[in-house]
Amino acid sequence: MATQDRRNTGSRPAEQDEEQDTGVPDTSGAPEGGTPTAQTQGVDDLLDEIDGVLESNAEEFVRGFVQKGGQ
Amino acid sequence: MTPAGPPTDPSVLDPERFSAHRVMGTETEYGIIAPSIPDANATILSSQVVNAYAATLREGLGNLAGTRWDYTDEAPLADARGWHQARHSADPSQLTDTPPVLTAEQVAMVDPPLDDVGPLDSAVLMNLVLNNGARLYVDHAHPEYSSPEVTNPLDAVLWDRAGDAVALTAMRRIAATPGFAPVHLYKNNTDNKSVSYGSHENYLVPRSVPFHHLAAVLIPFFVTRQTLCGSGRVGIGAFNQAPGFQLSQRADFFENEIGLETTVRRPIINTRDEPHAVAEKYRRLHVIIGDANLSETSNYLKMGTTSLVLSLIDRQNAPVPEIHDPVRELQAVSHDPTLKHRVRLVDGRSVTALDVQEMYLDACLRESDRQGGTDPQSADLLHRWGSLIDVLRGNPLDAAGQLDWVAKLKVLEAYRSRDGMAWDDPRLALVDLQYSDLRPEKSIYHRLSARGDIDRLVNDEQVSAAVSNPPEDTRAYFRGHCISSFPREVVGASWDSIIFELPSQRRLQRIQTREPLRGTAALTRELFAASADAEEFVSRLLSRPQSNMAP
Repeated sequence: MATQDRRNTGSRPAEQDEEQDTGVPDTSGAPEGGTPTAQTQGVDDLLDEIDGVLESNAEEFVRGFVQKGGQ
Repeated sequence: MTPAGPPTDPSVLDPERFSAHRVMGTETEYGIIAPSIPDANATILSSQVVNAYAATLREGLGNLAGTRWDYTDEAPLADARGWHQARHSADPSQLTDTPPVLTAEQVAMVDPPLDDVGPLDSAVLMNLVLNNGARLYVDHAHPEYSSPEVTNPLDAVLWDRAGDAVALTAMRRIAATPGFAPVHLYKNNTDNKSVSYGSHENYLVPRSVPFHHLAAVLIPFFVTRQTLCGSGRVGIGAFNQAPGFQLSQRADFFENEIGLETTVRRPIINTRDEPHAVAEKYRRLHVIIGDANLSETSNYLKMGTTSLVLSLIDRQNAPVPEIHDPVRELQAVSHDPTLKHRVRLVDGRSVTALDVQEMYLDACLRESDRQGGTDPQSADLLHRWGSLIDVLRGNPLDAAGQLDWVAKLKVLEAYRSRDGMAWDDPRLALVDLQYSDLRPEKSIYHRLSARGDIDRLVNDEQVSAAVSNPPEDTRAYFRGHCISSFPREVVGASWDSIIFELPSQRRLQRIQTREPLRGTAALTRELFAASADAEEFVSRLLSRPQSNMAP
């Protein structure tokens, strides 16, 4: 399986693509970014989704995240 | 079965070959809070995580999974530069060779009065050895998952991810236990107030490599690899004293170039010489400077590129682009997400962090060419490494589908653009924190991943298999199968030993596993299959010429 860095292919040789049969991660490519309008829409959707996930009262929650030292 | 695919072809582990394959493993200390108990003792919360996971194992498999850690071969004060630090001069947190102890009151707080399967075992567990060969335990004030030994970076990603699944299972269990306050676990490295906790990498290297050369090659590499494997942080300085964004969670907490400590005066190169293997043959390089990664690509590149550079060192072909004042540059590189900062080299050149990474990459590509190519995983790593350097040189935000710090920065910039937030807005700090929340419903990383915005390298079925199964190609196979096959008779374990207590024997039987590439499925599967019980298993082991060593 060849590697897939979607926005950047061919700038370096992918060595031995043909013989990559085991032990190489299979990255299924996500769709391309699309038009600027679609991208903006995607970002708005994403922020709406994250808004719904964030803990309420950000300031208090962040202040309460106190850890003891580790390694 | 090995979840990631067929077992590694042993020839790629040949130290004479240039390759990313070598024995390696990860350690993750998770951030921990119980939001409804602001003053909760972190050690108690951490032991709740260990005990909750033990309870799920008992429930599912009907066996007791508590295993004492065998501290015999721990030597946290042995220094790779050839001496030992005196015990009285060490910080108490460096003494990791003695078991932690809870007071009676603390024990009462961990042991639940009642739950749906009855009380937990009367003894509070501070340590578990898991069926997949990993260790889950209380380290200082954090729960820590130490992965089983694997032979390649992709397997390291998989069994590291298995640790996140273990942590999630424990959290769910605590949340479902009446009388217990929910506990949240975060895969990050700082509370953004003054404290840092680690995610370490371990690499087996030949003892014959001089340590000072290892350090000279790795310091410039570690100062600059955060461009690929940093996890991103909102806030500047160890005390979060200035607003802003930086590449790394850890960079601001490092004060020295080389040293033995891991909890104070942290060094870029840690000299702890505790090989957990045949000391005459091997060194365990204990890397403490990395960020905990959520992105599998960041994690894969973190360990893959490091292992490739170690292979250059093994072959005495590594570059040494010595950096003037590396600690200061570590922080300067981290503080510049445009990646334009120029690092001053001792030879007078002034180069970017990506230029330094490219020096190592080019040396690797030359080495690969010299031997007529390399194995598929190493070639894949070289390709991704080069491609991402190019992407980051163009527009760094184009790497949001691969790298943690970029993915996080893209979300933060979207918030700043939509809501006009300054960098000291607490909602940005919350985005930073929740990026690493291990609960999928609260994790921003997980949101991005579920939308297909971040690449995966392993799938959920593989992760699930790696929670219960050890790698087949290291001694972790022997450890994991001893634990799962003989849960009552295995009374102690460590990286380099398994201790059996058998009714027929007056003394404990300690089996050594000091060769990381022995105890594999190929060498021990039949022994497990042929033994009806622990007595027979141990008796077969003891009847061999080297009776106290795993096959």
